Amino acid sequence: MKYSYKVPCKKEKLRDIRSFVKDILEKHGLSEIDSSTLVLAIDEVCANLIIHSHECNAKDSIEIVVKVESGSGIIFDIIDKAEIFDIDGYKEPKLEDIIKKQRKGGLGLILVKRIMDEIQIVQESSKNICRMTKKIDVA
Amino acid sequence: MVDVKRIQEGSYDLISIIGEVDASSSIELDNAMSEAINSGRKEFLVDCSALEYISSAGLGVFMSYIEEFKRHEISIAFFGLNEKVANVFEILGLDQLLTIKDSKEEAQSTL
Repeated sequence: MKYSYKVPCKKEKLRDIRSFVKDILEKHGLSEIDSSTLVLAIDEVCANLIIHSHECNAKDSIEIVVKVESGSGIIFDIIDKAEIFDIDGYKEPKLEDIIKKQRKGGLGLILVKRIMDEIQIVQESSKNICRMTKKIDVA
Repeated sequence: MVDVKRIQEGSYDLISIIGEVDASSSIELDNAMSEAINSGRKEFLVDCSALEYISSAGLGVFMSYIEEFKRHEISIAFFGLNEKVANVFEILGLDQLLTIKDSKEEAQSTL
C-alpha cells in the first residue's frame, strides 16, 4: 500500500503531517508507541526541511510518501526539490556539548537516526529523496 | 497548539504544559521557561500530564536551560509524562539528565 501527501512548507503543517502518518500506521496495526515514535521521526525530518531548507516559504512544497510492505516493513520517502542534508552521514553531537553550549537545535537528527533502521539520500532527476526504512511487522 | 501555565503553590511554582510542542510551538514553551527562570523563584514542578506530544524542538528548550538551572541554583522536577512522551525523553537520554517522576508527590519530594 502506498500513501502520499504533498504539503506547503509551513511549520503549521507539521501537525497535519503527523496525523497523516499516524492514521496510516494505526490502520496497519502498529502499536500506539511504535506509531508515535515513527511519527516523531517524520516530523523531525519535515521540520528540518521546512525551516532550514525552505525557510518556511509556503510557495515551496515537500511530499511525504509512505509505502507499507507487509512482512518487511515501512518505507518513508520525503521528497524535495531542494537539496537534502545527508542525515545518515550526520555526526551526532554529544548531549553534554549541546547542554554546555545551550543549543536548542541538533537533537532532531539524533532522534531520526536512533528511530529508523536505514536512511538514504536518493537523487532522482530533479528530485531529492530522504528514504527511511523501518523493519517492523505490519498488517 | 500549546498552553503553558504557571501557578505559585507555596514554596514552588507549578508549570503545566498543555497540548503539543513541536517546531511551530516550541517558542511558547521557551518564553514560558525563560520567564519562570527569571522570576527569581527557585523551585519548579513541571506537570506534563496534559502534554500530548513533544518533538526535539521542545526537548531542546529543556536542554538549553539545564545550565541556567545550575547557575541560578534552581531545583526542577517533571512528572505525569504519558508513555509516548516518556519514550521520546528516553530515546535521547534526557531521562538521565532531568529529574522525572511518575506523580506530583514524588516529584515534590525531590525539590
